[in-house]
Amino acid sequence: MTPYVKAPKIRELGYELKVRDVMDRNLITVQPETPMSKVRGVLRLNRISGIPVIDKGKLVGVICVEDLVNWLMARADNCSVEEKMSKNVVTLYTDEPLIHAINKLEQYGFFHFPVLERENRELAGTITREGIIRGLLKKLEIDYREEEIRHYRASHVFEDMIADKTSLIFQYYVVGQDFNRAGESASALKKTLKRLGTHPEIVRRAAIAVYEAEMNLVIFARSGEIIVKVDPNQIRIEVEDSGPGIPDIEKAMQPGYSTAPDWVRELGFGAGMGLNNIKKCVDEMNVTSTIGKGTRVEMYVATKKESVSYEVKGTG
Amino acid sequence: MKLGKIKEILEAKVIVGASLEREIRMICACDLMSDVLSCVQSRFSSLLLTNLIHPQTVRTAEIAEIPAICFMRGKEPQDLTMDLAKKNGIVLLSTSFSLYEASGRLYKEGLPGCSEYREAK
Repeated sequence: MTPYVKAPKIRELGYELKVRDVMDRNLITVQPETPMSKVRGVLRLNRISGIPVIDKGKLVGVICVEDLVNWLMARADNCSVEEKMSKNVVTLYTDEPLIHAINKLEQYGFFHFPVLERENRELAGTITREGIIRGLLKKLEIDYREEEIRHYRASHVFEDMIADKTSLIFQYYVVGQDFNRAGESASALKKTLKRLGTHPEIVRRAAIAVYEAEMNLVIFARSGEIIVKVDPNQIRIEVEDSGPGIPDIEKAMQPGYSTAPDWVRELGFGAGMGLNNIKKCVDEMNVTSTIGKGTRVEMYVATKKESVSYEVKGTG
Repeated sequence: MKLGKIKEILEAKVIVGASLEREIRMICACDLMSDVLSCVQSRFSSLLLTNLIHPQTVRTAEIAEIPAICFMRGKEPQDLTMDLAKKNGIVLLSTSFSLYEASGRLYKEGLPGCSEYREAK
């Protein structure tokens, strides 16, 4: 019977995966001079059906359950593994496609093969039926998950909803002064916009703008909120905090003007470029602020195809 | 230039990341995160050279779509930074050179800065 794997997906994976991807690297070996009486213990302890025999780093044979049974049946005296092992060992190389291993298992009816490195012919591991099944299942699961993510695009929601105008609103709550978590909202919004199928450049500009605004919020305020309204033509982002407020907005807009404390500057922020950066990334920006009450930054990014610009406005 | 080649030039150590096959087109050497955000163009892969090892460096790279960061003077980040890099598939390297030396070595090999790349197009 010609060994042939019928399922096309498995065949494909059999070529994609290499022997090294699924082999067992946990090397259990014996020496040629190991007595046969020890073999049973090694097989049982490791729950394996065969053991590679190694002499001076090289594979010289394999001793398996069948050899052990034959020796026991013969009721012969104790002898070395060398006398009872199979010397013509069928091996595989680590860089061979997995399908070779599957075919060889089928062809010889074995349960395991030693695997060698091609360069030095040293033993690298063993390949077993369980290992192959485990490797294939794992790969199938990963592929399935990736496929699922690819399929999961929410860009159709706008077409699916029946209304004169459809908008989506996303809200993010930001905790001030917590620098380790700063940027989480921008990161989450970025992923969300990508899922909506928004143009990558638009996603990037919106993400940078929100990230800068979120940083300002974290630096100066105790808490705040980011509200993002997405409709088919534009993204409206509102970042509102209950911080100390900006005394002079015009001054705050000047590149390099900053009132950020030193600890923020040490982290690479607060260099007075934040609002400036936001302005370059969005199509429209309004800042309103009341001393002692808080600050509100409102930004608009157009999402229509013709408005996609690769260049960040200005010269940077 | 392949990230692997850059690693050789900078004699750098890989802290996070499996593959160094990524093609790098330009370099951003900077300790100001706002400048990183404003100068990097996403369509072309860039490498960020910086002295800052805190998680916000990785966050900035994520937002600006920078696939790799190299830290200077043998600095190695803490777990939080590494976890964030792993989660976002960002490669982290560490070199013993200073920011000036590392920049010079890569510039000599023909890797441009962000604004130059725009002109070279």
